[in-house]
Amino acid sequence: MPSLKDLKTRINSVKSTQKITSAMKMVAAARLRRAQEQAEAARPYSERMDRMIASLAGRAARGPTLLSGTGSQDRHLIVVMTADRGLCGGFNSSIARAARTRIAELEGEGRSVSVLCIGRKGRDQLRRDHASLIVDTVEGVTQRGVEFASASEIGGRLIRMFEEGAFDVCTLIYNRFQSAMTQIVTLQQVIPAPVPDQEGDGGGGLYEYEPDEEEILADLLPRNVATQVFSALLENTASEHGARMTAMDNATRNAGDMIDDLTLTYNRTRQAYITKELIEIISGAEAL
Amino acid sequence: MADETTLFELVSPERLLLSRQVGMVVVPGSEGLFGVLPRHAPLISTLVPGVIDVYEQGAVTDRIFIAGGFAEVTEDRCTVLAEAAVPVAELDLAATEQHIVDLGEELKNLSGVEAEQMTARIGEQQRLLEAMRAATA
Repeated sequence: MPSLKDLKTRINSVKSTQKITSAMKMVAAARLRRAQEQAEAARPYSERMDRMIASLAGRAARGPTLLSGTGSQDRHLIVVMTADRGLCGGFNSSIARAARTRIAELEGEGRSVSVLCIGRKGRDQLRRDHASLIVDTVEGVTQRGVEFASASEIGGRLIRMFEEGAFDVCTLIYNRFQSAMTQIVTLQQVIPAPVPDQEGDGGGGLYEYEPDEEEILADLLPRNVATQVFSALLENTASEHGARMTAMDNATRNAGDMIDDLTLTYNRTRQAYITKELIEIISGAEAL
Repeated sequence: MADETTLFELVSPERLLLSRQVGMVVVPGSEGLFGVLPRHAPLISTLVPGVIDVYEQGAVTDRIFIAGGFAEVTEDRCTVLAEAAVPVAELDLAATEQHIVDLGEELKNLSGVEAEQMTARIGEQQRLLEAMRAATA
């Protein structure tokens, strides 16, 4: 049986852990709200960009390769977006798992795969099995809120790699934010750009284009890649904070349960000691 | 006719900056400035760095500097997708100049492809600065 002192120390250590987890929960909740607002605010831009691309894609007969693809599907680049930090439940593992499944699937079809990691945790998890596939890791993007500049840097990089012929198809893997409890692992193809569904108004044909369709597309598509990366980053950040909030909430609750258990044991042990001492005194007195 | 309005929306990747009914907007298209009045023919155009003038009741109410982007015009709406947008009054030329100097410093430590990219970026910033000068002049 542990001594009273040991129990007291454990209770205190669990209590301080609980303080930390509940503080982390608070911080995550505040960040989640901000991330959610940011994701909300960024939606109009990507919606309107989709609309423009839909109208242009229908018109440009032979679009640039960013839209029509290289004609081959053999080399895939997977952009795995995770957090830089852990302690957020299954957030990072679920993305890594999806990435592994996807890699296995593509390799099974005999295609070559390379991986670009955004966020340190994804790299850490994929490094074990697929170290040779990882092209590079980008870290610290989500450290101080997501900025469009960093998304456009990543986008620019993807486009450069594409133009250099490093891959044919590029897919993002990230967590789409549904609620603080649920995040949906999403695979999204960005290169070649999927053509958004045209909403039957057929209005696309009515536009005048200045300069012409192809030039606008050549300008618009790289920006669209950046925009897609940006919104994926935003969704991912919101998901990360949501997942962390839930995980820390659970941890706080578990710590509470543990403290209750330990306190009960502590009191029982203390009582047992007192009883034992009483018995010793009484039997000592009787023996006289 | 005079009180007819068109919906003008200015959107940056971060957020919707402006959305309201206006009389006319003048937008810096890549093939020249163009004015958008209500019932303008549908048009999609790329934009160059320059100033968007917003007119209400015949007078300019807002002047906004954009660093390029796209405009989509329909009969009742004009949407501008801009990468960066700042009211002309708040333009900070000194900051851009400093940025160019900083990039120049960085360029000294680079070579090969990276140096080329940096040179391109500096050129871009210089064009931006010129457009800003023109806007504030």
